[in-house]
Amino acid sequence: MLVGGVDVGSTQTKAVVMDDQRRVLGRSLIDTGGIITAAAENAFQQACTEVGIARSEVAYVVGTGYGRYNVTFGDTQVTEISCHARGGQYLFPNTRTVLDIGGQDTKAIKIGAEGQVLDFCMNDKCAAGTGRFLGAAAMALDIPLGELGPLALVARNPVRITTTCTVFAETEIINWLARGKKVEDVLMGVHQAIATRSISLLRRVGVEDEVTFTGGVTRNIAMVQILEELLETHLNVSEEAHYMGAIGASLFALEKAMAGAAGAVEALSVGAQLDATRALGGDCAICPELPDRKARDGKRALNKPQLIQVGGQREVARR
Amino acid sequence: MSLKQAPAPPVDDQLIGRGRRDGNRLFKEWYADLNAAAEGGDPTAYVFVMGSAAEVLKAFDLNLVFPEINSLQAAVRKVSLDYLNKAEDYGYSTDVCGYVKADVGVHLDDRQHPNGRIPKPSIVVATNMCNTYVKWVEIWERMYGCKVFVLDIPGQRGIGWGTEPDSEQFENDRRYVQGQLEELIEACEQVTGRPFKVERLQENLAHVNRMATDWSSVLKLNQNIPAPFNAMGDGLTYMGVLSAFRGTETGARYMAELREEMEHKVRLGLGTISEERFRLHGVGPACYAYFRRFLELFQDWGAVYVNSEYLAYAGGGLDLGIQYNLDRPLESLAEQLLITGRRSMSNMFFSQDQLADAVRDWKSDGVVYHSVKSCRTVSTGMADSREYLTRIKGVPSLFVESDLVDPRLWSEAQFKNRIDAFFEALGARKAAAALVAARG
Repeated sequence: MLVGGVDVGSTQTKAVVMDDQRRVLGRSLIDTGGIITAAAENAFQQACTEVGIARSEVAYVVGTGYGRYNVTFGDTQVTEISCHARGGQYLFPNTRTVLDIGGQDTKAIKIGAEGQVLDFCMNDKCAAGTGRFLGAAAMALDIPLGELGPLALVARNPVRITTTCTVFAETEIINWLARGKKVEDVLMGVHQAIATRSISLLRRVGVEDEVTFTGGVTRNIAMVQILEELLETHLNVSEEAHYMGAIGASLFALEKAMAGAAGAVEALSVGAQLDATRALGGDCAICPELPDRKARDGKRALNKPQLIQVGGQREVARR
Repeated sequence: MSLKQAPAPPVDDQLIGRGRRDGNRLFKEWYADLNAAAEGGDPTAYVFVMGSAAEVLKAFDLNLVFPEINSLQAAVRKVSLDYLNKAEDYGYSTDVCGYVKADVGVHLDDRQHPNGRIPKPSIVVATNMCNTYVKWVEIWERMYGCKVFVLDIPGQRGIGWGTEPDSEQFENDRRYVQGQLEELIEACEQVTGRPFKVERLQENLAHVNRMATDWSSVLKLNQNIPAPFNAMGDGLTYMGVLSAFRGTETGARYMAELREEMEHKVRLGLGTISEERFRLHGVGPACYAYFRRFLELFQDWGAVYVNSEYLAYAGGGLDLGIQYNLDRPLESLAEQLLITGRRSMSNMFFSQDQLADAVRDWKSDGVVYHSVKSCRTVSTGMADSREYLTRIKGVPSLFVESDLVDPRLWSEAQFKNRIDAFFEALGARKAAAALVAARG
């Protein structure tokens, strides 16, 4: 059985195809752009092409990320918070804290032993401290995104970036350069500013080892190093970290598909939580509340609670 | 999880939904009365939901205007942004309380509210139960030159800091507040030209006693599963009546009938949605600029707010079931102002233990903190309270932020993302608990 996960983020869309042994067979990463449904389609198609399969061979697809409802071919949706937690715990089973720095979001997630979300905290109404902050710095300094990290690491006297706004940070960067500061020192200041904000979010959920770092910013070597120094702990960073949301979505897809497959009890080796499904004889224990595609395609989702008119008012009877 | 068909509800049961129907009707009539008062220039008092002193003011037949309710209504009717823009064009900062600015906008619009014309204030009565009140009243003072009366209620902002009834210091506080009430009575006599009659005050206090008894029972009836009303949705209508009709026969009758309706629903096992999957406790008010959507985002997951702190502090403390002593009306009013006043502000700052108890008693699955961007008074302390509840007490919680009335501060994608993630986690938690139970 093959399943898929499509993570439609604000900046990039990631897709993964996974088999029933939880092996990632194919992956793709493209810029999201303005047409979100097309981004989801293209990313998923590319992942399937990499595996060498037709899309129809994928039994179940879960959409995640801000554009999860634009994964029109998806069977269900799960938030990226649950997906990063699930993916992080899958790749690093002892994970108790996940830090995801994405293009527009930074998430601190506290998770339990089974990968379940215990608490989470995100940046709100401000993209400072996210990947977008690095993007703004790259533009202001006219340096490719991939070179930011290595360059920052040669800094000797990092500046202090104090602005709280991604847009205004560009002004502050230029101001520091105008005052004669070296590019690497300014860049290190930018990295430290992001790291500090991320750690502030982490502290709000509580930092518990092991900490797994996910999202596109994991590819920035300076950010990993600074976070480790400030947190005084090792960070789990996988080469698949950029795809963690899509991997988590694939894991949910596999669990949903397995739970729905009749007579597949012997195949239910996909994570301890599936035992729960068998024991309960019902839906997936991980995401029992998720509306499925059939329901979503209806006028009103069948498993959405409904408000019913009674005596001119909306009241309903307990079933 | 599939949904089984709910049995046909008793469609001809007129008792069900009566509270909301009557509440809506009463508010229409109330605004019509205010419109008439505006046209006739009748004496009017501007008051707040916390510490309104309605019992005294209604003894002088003053019309009561609640600017907080006006601002809320403007948001529900999707015109709050027009008023906010007017106030900001006039010079108010974007950081100022949205309720204040929406109200200023109404006044700059010649007091034309979507629900009718609002009369000018003859007298304004505020307390220190919200620090914004004190500055808010100064706006009307400047606009209309009206009499402003600020009641200073000691012992605010800290559970355990206020004096306890029967203590010497409480008696001192009581005398201090009573003295102010006597001054308020003199001010009302001057404004209305009507003499104070203690019998009228006693009558109003008696109505409040009935209201408080029934309201506290209504709140407790929501401990049933399923909960007969949604504390953030239906509760708002009920609480509006509680404030606007405080100390009136109409208000007392309404609360008695509401209690009757809720008892009836509990007997029938009626909830508010087809399947009550999650029970929530709300901290902070809803976003009224997107009120329906705010509620839907939770209802779609089968979640019902079974309790809300808002119903306590913005309900004037009547959730405590206070009872005035009619034989010593002014003394008793002063005492209850002290006690219910603490319920308001102090409730927001040091509510964690009360919250934990309420979560247990109302059988809530989690707590939702809705931080209000333009109201630091309500929002201050929420993060600490949440941390305590989640880390120490193990109660799942969600923190979201938007605003009471400012639609510019609503970001649905972010809001929904957090809510969905919260319910995904809550669902997994419940499933795990069910598994443990199934395994014995």
